[in-house]
Formats: sequence, C-alpha cells, structure tokens
Amino acid sequence: MIRDYFKVLTINLTSGQSSIIEVQGRNEVAGGSGLAAHLFAKYGQMNKPWDDPEQPLIFTIGPLTGYFPLMSKTVCAYKSPYHDQYAESHAGGRSALALRFADLDAVVITGKASKPVCISLGSRRIEIKEVHYLWGMDVYATGKYIRHMFRGSGHRSILRIGPAGEHGSPMACINADTYRHFGRLGGGAVMGMKNLKGISIRGDATFLLPENKDYPKLFEEVHKQLTDTDMMSKYHDLGTPINVIPLNKLKALPVRNLQQTSDPNIAGISGEKFAEVALLRNNACAGCPVGCIHIGFVRERFAEENRYLYRQVAYDHEPIFATGSMLGVLNCFKVLDIIDVVERMGLDVMSGGVALAWATEALEKGIVSEKETIIPLKFGDADGYKEAMIHLAMGTNEFYQTLSKGTMVAAERYNGKDFACVLGQEMAGYATGETFFTSQALGFRHSHLDSSGYSYDQKTEEKNAPKAADFLVKDEQGRVFLTSMLACLFARGVYNDELLGKCLNSVGYADLAGSISDVSRHIQKLRWRTRFATGFDPKSVSIPKRFTEIVTWKGAIDAEYLQTLKDEYSKRIIELGADNDKKAE
Amino acid sequence: MKMLTTPRMERCIGCHSCSLACARLVHKRLSWDTAGIRIRTSGGLSTGFEARTCLACNPAPCAKACPTGAYSQRKGGGVIVRKKLCIRCGECAKACPVDAIYLDPTGEPFVCIHCGRCVPYCPHDCLEMEEVAVETAAGEKEEEVQS
Repeated sequence: MIRDYFKVLTINLTSGQSSIIEVQGRNEVAGGSGLAAHLFAKYGQMNKPWDDPEQPLIFTIGPLTGYFPLMSKTVCAYKSPYHDQYAESHAGGRSALALRFADLDAVVITGKASKPVCISLGSRRIEIKEVHYLWGMDVYATGKYIRHMFRGSGHRSILRIGPAGEHGSPMACINADTYRHFGRLGGGAVMGMKNLKGISIRGDATFLLPENKDYPKLFEEVHKQLTDTDMMSKYHDLGTPINVIPLNKLKALPVRNLQQTSDPNIAGISGEKFAEVALLRNNACAGCPVGCIHIGFVRERFAEENRYLYRQVAYDHEPIFATGSMLGVLNCFKVLDIIDVVERMGLDVMSGGVALAWATEALEKGIVSEKETIIPLKFGDADGYKEAMIHLAMGTNEFYQTLSKGTMVAAERYNGKDFACVLGQEMAGYATGETFFTSQALGFRHSHLDSSGYSYDQKTEEKNAPKAADFLVKDEQGRVFLTSMLACLFARGVYNDELLGKCLNSVGYADLAGSISDVSRHIQKLRWRTRFATGFDPKSVSIPKRFTEIVTWKGAIDAEYLQTLKDEYSKRIIELGADNDKKAE
Repeated sequence: MKMLTTPRMERCIGCHSCSLACARLVHKRLSWDTAGIRIRTSGGLSTGFEARTCLACNPAPCAKACPTGAYSQRKGGGVIVRKKLCIRCGECAKACPVDAIYLDPTGEPFVCIHCGRCVPYCPHDCLEMEEVAVETAAGEKEEEVQS
C-alpha cells in the first residue's frame, strides 16, 4: 500500500492557491467512485448551481490503480450542467496511471480563473499557466500545444476541452489523451466555466513494492486470466463494434432516431467492415495489455490534383451507433468523418448524435424548420451532420443552444417529447427492452454501464419486476466497487470480489479486502445520497413514448411492464438513497 | 548471450506493460520510469510509440563514462551494473547516445540488463531476445548484478 489515507491535491483557480491535504476514509470509501462522492460531500455545494465557481471538479483513482492490469480508469465527478445534480463520468487513457505516478489519489479543482489557464501537475510540480491563446482552439490543436508546453512525453496525460466546453454546452466532454473521454453529463462545460482549457498530469514518482512474493505471483495470475479469456479477445479483436451486427439481428439497434431497430444495410458500419477497410491500428490505456482502442482513418482530398490529408479517428460501438445507425449513416468512412468533427469540437458523441437524430425527425415532422436547424438535416446525409455538429458545439442560434442543453429540453421547447430518445440523458446504443430502458433512465450515471440491463433483457423472457430490480441493484453494487478500485468494466468478468480481495490483500489493504460487500453497499448508498441531495427525484423521470413503440426480437415493448419496472426500480433507488447509513461521514 | 531488441515497435499500443513488468520484476518497484525499457510517443498519440532501451553497445559509452566501475562492459554488448559502487553522478546517462538510462530524482540509474523478463508481457510481440555472438574465455561466467 502506498498510504492508508487519501492524498488529495486541491487547486483553487480563483486564488491560484493549491494545497496537499490528507483525507481519511480509505476503509469506508476505498477510492474512485467512493472517494469522489466523499470529496463532493466535503467540497461540493449541494444547493448551489453547477456553474457556481465554488463547485469542485474532482478526479479520483483507486487503491489498485497501476498495481494490476486494467486498473486503468479515472473517475471525474462534478455537479452536472446537464441536470444540475451530482454526476460521475469515467475515462481511460493515461490519466489513471499519470495520477498514480503523480503520487495523488485525487485532484479537486475549485474556483474560476480570471483568464483561460492550463494546469500542469506532477509529483514534484504544480503550475497554473495562463493560456488565453489556446481559447477557441479545437481539441486536437489544444492537445498539440499543451504537449509542447509541458514536459513528460509518454508518461503523462493531457485532458482538455474544445469549443463545446468553452461555450458551456451540457453536452461537452473532457477529452483524455486524444482517443478517450470523460464523455457524458457535461464535464467539459465544468472546465469551461472555470476557464480551465487543459490539465497536464505528469506521472514521475516511483513506489517500492511490497516485500513479498504474493504480489508478483498474483499479478502473473491476473495478467494471464485477463489476456487469455474469450471475453477479452472480443475487445482485442473487433472491439466493441462487434455488437453492431448481433444487435441489428436482434432488432435491438437504434436506427434513425429509433424509428427502426434494424436496417438491412447495417453491414456498412459493422465492426467487421470497420476492421476490414478502415482500421488503422490499435491503442491501449496505460496499464492495459488488451488495447481495445480501435483507431480508424479518414482521408480527404483537399485539392483537384491528387492531394490528400488523413486523420486518425477512434471508434467504438457507441460512437458508431450515435453517428451511424441513429443518423441513418451506414458508411463507415462517413461515420468516422462525423466522429472526427465531434472530437474536434469536444462534444460527447452519444449526446450529439442522438440530439441530431431527434432534430432530423423534428424537421421531418415540421415542428421545426430550416430556420432553426440551419442545415436541411436528413437521415443519411453525413455532410449535413458534420456542419450541424459544429452548430451544436458553438450554439450558433437559439435552436442549437437549446438542443445542446439536452434533447429533452429542446423537445419540451418545440413540442416533440414523444420521439426524444432520452433515458435520463441521450440513449446509449442498445434497444434491448424494458430492463435496459429502465436501467439507463434511472441509473446513477444514466449510462449503459451502470448495470447490465441490456444483458438481462437478452438472458430472460420473464417479466418479473421485483426480480429485475433486484438484479439492477445488485449489479450496480458490484460495479460501483470496481469503479472504486479503479477497474475498467471490461474486466468485470475476471475481477470478481474474491479476486479483488486477493489483489487488495497483496498490496496491503487487508481491511478493505475483508469488507468488500459492506464497503460496496456503503459506496452505492453514498453515491445515491449525494445525487438525492443535489435534487434527483426518480419519480420525475419519464420514458418517452418512442421507447414503447419499438419492436425487438421479443416483440413489441410492453409499456405496462416498463412502467411497473420503472416504479419498482425507483422504489429501490429511493431506499438506497435514504439517509440511514452515514458511517463514513 | 542474449540481448533485448525491439524489432516490431510499429505494433506497440502504448500499454506500458513492458516498463511496468521491468520495474516490478527486476527493480521491485511500481513505476513506468525506473525500468530498463520505457515507452514514449514519437510526437503525440497519433504518431505511434518508441521504446527507450539499451541497444547493447559494444563498447558501451556509458561503461566508459562511469568513473567508479559501477558500470562495466557486458560481453556481447550492454553493461553490467554494480549499484553498490554507484555514486549517482549521472555520467552514464549523459554518455548514452539514445537516452536509454533513466536517472530517478536521487540520481540512481536504471538501465536494461537484457534479462528478457519484459518480453512475455508485450501483447503484440514487439520485443524479442536475440542471440548475439560472444567471445568468452573458457570457464568465464557472465554476471548480472543489480544491487
């Protein structure tokens, strides 16, 4: 163990002051998700809006970060511009190991800089640098400049925002190391509000390992398990886009704003097609030998003579669904073209794609006109969507400003709620049925990764709401401990509680190892309590009509069961958030 | 005598498993710095990765530069390091033409000892132990000393 408490760097951008503080609670909140909620209780302003300069932007890692393979993610927590409630977003890349080797368990950024700044930090440095000249630059250019401004190539992480974050869009992401993102719920706008353009984290510390043979031996076992299993080969081979064809066959792939759940021409954006014609290479998060990051290429002829430029664009199932099937764009290179624009602008790709899908149908239905959309949005028209993504990021007119606050905000304003594909936030790329819709609509992060509702839909025909709600609660509890360690959820099949206990023991966290069940339950409740304290009301969540109009391999969605399950899961969440477990506060 | 080579770095995905393995298994540390092989980008993540590791020079400029005998020539290329003799002067790192020696903040040097323990951790087979011809006197033994 490096320490039995949390070493936290706090930076106040208003005053320019920073400090290192010791925070207790390792055996109660572990790290990652638990630590983030713990720190939000300390620094967050529950009743003040997200853009109050006092609100913290929190980054945390876990007790196993760097010690074992795939312990490679970072949690980012903040009061979200999307719903003005407590939120988490997770990213891979290098930030987890960079923070570990910067010798920090967490960074808490409060205040607001008077001019645009970048923060550079490491185990022996903290610098706040004025960078007004970077304001307005896209994500790629910003990354290139920050790379030159601060040292540490290869052993650092560069987090930055693009124009969407600068404009305060609740759909703005924080780009992590070019190909990964703290994507959802508007973390980019939180940085923008603070006039914080980028953060460079240099990992330049070293730690002595435990003087026993258990740790290297266990590492070997874990490494073997993670790299030998079929599950990991899925991520190593085609990556997450392997899901496109099976979901299409199941009639569970959102297509054209969920007007359809499959398309006969889906092969054009399948994982197989991307791998065959567009895959350039792979990349990995630091500390992960799986390397699931798939990077495609697009080339553009920019002159009549044969003059080309090329760009490298990472792809996954979710971006492909959001800018491909959801927008009716079924050509892999055109999908990469749209993702490329989204990346530059610093938008969350899932939110952006689903928002434009709604706008397209709204235009079709005549509830908005080209006066609002500027572009004659049409399913399949990739060039139009590229331009529209820029309008969405820049907030060009009132329509795009409203849309960037959330598809449902625009749907309410323009009277198109029935076909807004929103489940707490813009939907993820699974139309598997009642359990998934409930899971995302009510889940803590409104993410497909809060719990595996989409998998439950595929494994059971039973319509038993208490049983399904039990599953969602239990699954979330397991995942919240993983995201407190802080593991990539792709490794969830290997890192069960027994193995996590062994891992924690081997590096000196025996108390934590012996209380995983209690601690995970505590963190789960702590997160929900924090969410409730910032205004969440599960009863106010509605699932738009469009989700009840679709047909999957199971047949039509059962609207009555969907409502029953939503009510049941809401009840469980309210119980979880009840103020009856405060041992760590 | 074998030496570590990096013949397929175009395949590298930047997972740092090699560096972490070296630090863990050879130097008993959690680190991506205190390792005989370190990965960096060629100029940003869109440009691929390079390995910083000992090219097994023969004669080795670092051994020649070492004023205490902590570094000595390894037969076949590279160096043998006796850290007990090291005074943390950093001359070895200065002498290395390819930036293969990492000095930690105390000046302790870390360089590849060509043991190959990093090789099995590379998921893309970028690394390889290559046999090199060595002229050894009868009965003479190679020694690899780390501390």
